[in-house]
Amino acid sequence: MSKSWIDEALAQTEQGRDGLAAEGRRQLPLADREQQVLDRIDRARRRRPKVREERITMSHGSGGKATQTLIEAVFLDAFRNPLLEPLEDAASLTVGGARIALTTDSYVVSPLFFPGGDIGDLAVNGTVNDLSVSGARPLYLSAGFILEEGFGVADLQRVTESMREAAAAAGVHVVTGDTKVVQKGKADGCYINTAGVGVFERDTALGVAQAQPGDAIIVSGPIGDHGITIMLARGELDIEADICSDTAPLNGLVASLLDTVPGVRAMRDATRGGVATILNEIARAADVGVLAVEDEIPVRPEVRGACELLGIDPMYVACEGRLVAVVPGEDADRAVAALRAHPLGEQAAVIGHVRAEQPGIVQLKTAFGGTRIVDLLVGDPLPRIC
Amino acid sequence: MRFVDEFRDADKAHALAAKIAALCEPGRQYKLMEVCGGHTHTIYKHGLEDYLPESITLVHGPGCPVCVIPMGRVDDAIHLASQPDVIMTSFGDMMRVPGSGGSFFDANAEGTSIRMVYSPLDSLKIARQNPDKQVVFMAIGFETTAPSTAMTMIRAAAEGLTNFSVFCNHVTIVPAIKAILDSPDLRLDGFIGPGHVSTVIGCRPYEFIAKQYGKPVVVAGFEPLDILQSIYMLMLQLSQGRSEVENQYSRVVPWDGNVVALKAIGETMELRPYFEWRGLGFISHSALKVREKYAAMDAELLFQVPGVRVADPKACQCGEVLKGVLKPWECKVFGTACTPETPIGTCMVSPEGACAAYYNFGRMNRNRVAEAAEVGRA
Repeated sequence: MSKSWIDEALAQTEQGRDGLAAEGRRQLPLADREQQVLDRIDRARRRRPKVREERITMSHGSGGKATQTLIEAVFLDAFRNPLLEPLEDAASLTVGGARIALTTDSYVVSPLFFPGGDIGDLAVNGTVNDLSVSGARPLYLSAGFILEEGFGVADLQRVTESMREAAAAAGVHVVTGDTKVVQKGKADGCYINTAGVGVFERDTALGVAQAQPGDAIIVSGPIGDHGITIMLARGELDIEADICSDTAPLNGLVASLLDTVPGVRAMRDATRGGVATILNEIARAADVGVLAVEDEIPVRPEVRGACELLGIDPMYVACEGRLVAVVPGEDADRAVAALRAHPLGEQAAVIGHVRAEQPGIVQLKTAFGGTRIVDLLVGDPLPRIC
Repeated sequence: MRFVDEFRDADKAHALAAKIAALCEPGRQYKLMEVCGGHTHTIYKHGLEDYLPESITLVHGPGCPVCVIPMGRVDDAIHLASQPDVIMTSFGDMMRVPGSGGSFFDANAEGTSIRMVYSPLDSLKIARQNPDKQVVFMAIGFETTAPSTAMTMIRAAAEGLTNFSVFCNHVTIVPAIKAILDSPDLRLDGFIGPGHVSTVIGCRPYEFIAKQYGKPVVVAGFEPLDILQSIYMLMLQLSQGRSEVENQYSRVVPWDGNVVALKAIGETMELRPYFEWRGLGFISHSALKVREKYAAMDAELLFQVPGVRVADPKACQCGEVLKGVLKPWECKVFGTACTPETPIGTCMVSPEGACAAYYNFGRMNRNRVAEAAEVGRA
C-alpha cells in the first residue's frame, strides 16, 4: 500500500464537496453541517468500490466490506453478466425450459471437527442452504477435495461419512467430484468445494432487492452458534461453553415457509458476516432503510456471554442453519408461525422492519433504549469459520 | 444475562435521563469529556446520546491505546517483525493500524508473521512452541494492560524463556489529561474518568484535575448505565458548584488502585523521558519502557529499531479528534478518504477510536431520529 491512494482519496473528497466553501458551512447550525457530512459520506459509499491493497489480506475473506469490495471490483468486473449481477446466494438460470438454481461454495473451516458437526456436513448443508434460500429445491451436488499430503485417511472417511449422512438428510445426491493432493504445508488437512444444482418448482422470484417499506424481517432461530462454537473449538481461548454448531439443511424449513407464505420476498442464510451483513445487503440492494430491534433478536445466553467476553457483536457471528427472511408486513405472524412449527425454526422471531427512511442504512434500537447504526463488518474477528 | 443486563436497563436509563435534564441550567452548554475510548465505544454502541439533552455534549478523549500510537512506532514494529525468525504477537486492534508502508495485515501478506493474541501470556505459549524463533510482543495500552505485560515478563523470566521479548509502547494517562487541560482550544466542564486504568492506578492521581483545574471527575464503569449515572454525578457537582473526584465504578475500582499490579509494572518497566503520541506530539514522562533488569526482554535493545519519526498524513486530524477539539465528522477526510476499511488515521481503526465508533454506530442525524420518534408517538 503506497501513500498515493491517500492523495487520490483526498482529491476525491475535495471534488465531492459540491463547492461548499468552508466559510459557507460554518454559518450553518451544527446539526445541518453534520447532515451535510453524512450526505457526503453516503455519496462516497455509493461510489464504485476499488481494491486498494496490493495483496490479498485476511479481511478479503471475512464476508464484510473488504469481501464485498473484492467481489465487486475484481470478480464482478471480470465476469459481469445479468445472471451474476444480482449477487444472490445462487444464480437462477433457465435451461431447456426449466428454471434451475446453481451455486458453489468452498469450505476451509479450522478445526475440521467441532461440536455439532465437521467440515463434511458443513460442505453439504452450506450449499444446500444457498440453493434453498434462493427458493429452489436442492437436487445434486458436486464435491471437490483438496487434500494435504499426510492427512489421515480415517479422518477423510469420517468427513465423507458425515457428508453422506448430511446429503441423505437433505435429500440430495453427490453425483460428481474431484480430488487433488498438495504437498505438506500447502494446505491445512482438507479443503472441500461443493457446487449444487436445484430446481425452482414455485413461481416465485426471490431477491433482497425486492424488500419494500413495511416488510418484516424474520430470523429463524438463535444466531451466532456456529461462529462461537468454532472459535471455542480452536482452544486458543480459555473459555468453555456448552454450545454446538447449528449446521443443518434448511430446505425443509424453507419449504414450510413458502407453503404458508408464498409472498416471501427474499431469504438469505446467515453465514459469514452474520445477520448484520444480511440486513445491510437488504438495505443496499433495495435502497431501503432497515430498523432492527436488539431485544427481539434471539441469541443463546452462552453465545451472548462469550461475545461479551470477546467484545464481539453476535449480529456479525456466523450461523450455518439459520435463515433471514423478508416478508410483507401483513404476513409476518403467519410466517413466524410456519417457521416455529418446524423443528429448526422453533425460536423464529421478527427482528425488524424495512422502512423508507434513511435508505441504505441499518439502524438498531438497542436494548438500552438508544439508536445506533449497524454497518458492514470491517476486518475479521473469526477467520476460517466455514 | 446477569451482571450485564442490570446495567443496560432502559427504565432506569429513562429515570436517570430525567434527573440529568432537570439539573441543566437553562441557556448553559455543558461539555463533558469521556477520557477513555472504551467509554466512547459504549456511548455509541448503545446509542446513549439519545438520552442526553441537547445542552450536554460528550467530547471524546485521548484514552484509546491504539489511537495514540504514532506511525513511526507501527513502522518500527513491522521492521521488527520482518527480521529473520521473528514471530510478532499483537492485540487484534493493532492489526489494521496503518504505518507509512501499510498495516500489520499488509505486512503479513508480504510475508511477516504477526499473530493476534487475546492475552500477552499467549505469546509465551507461542515462544515455548517455537524455540527456534524469537517471539516479540507488541505491547500497547495504558496502565490497564501494562500489568499483564509485566506479569508476562515476570513469568518468562521465571521460566527462563530466552526467545521472548517485548516491544514496549505502554503509555500513561495522567500526562495526556494534563496536556488536554493545558490546551487552549478546549473548555471542558468535567471528566468522565477512565474506569479500567483506575482499577490499577486508583482515583487519587486525578485529584489535581479537581483541585488545580477546578473540574469535577467521576471515574466510570463501562456499561451504559454506569456512564449515564456518571454524567448525573458530574451534573450534580456542577449544579452544586463542587469539583471533586468521585468513584462511580466502586464495584471494580479501589480508591488506592491495585498495589500488586503497580508493583509488577514498577518491577519490569520505568518511565521514558518522553514519548511521541499520535496527534499530540511529544509528551514528557508519558510512556513506559522496559527496565534495565529486564534488558534481555527489551526488543528495542535486542534488535535494531529504526526509530524514525514519521509525520502524520497532512490531511489527518486525529490529533484534534483525540484532544476533543474536533468531532469525528468535522475532520476533513472523515468518512470519505478515511473509512474503517481504508483508515488514514488511527482513530478510524480501533473500536475504541472516536471516528470508528461514530462511523460504525453513530453515523446518523440525531435530530432527525428524534423528529421521527416524535412523529411515531403522535
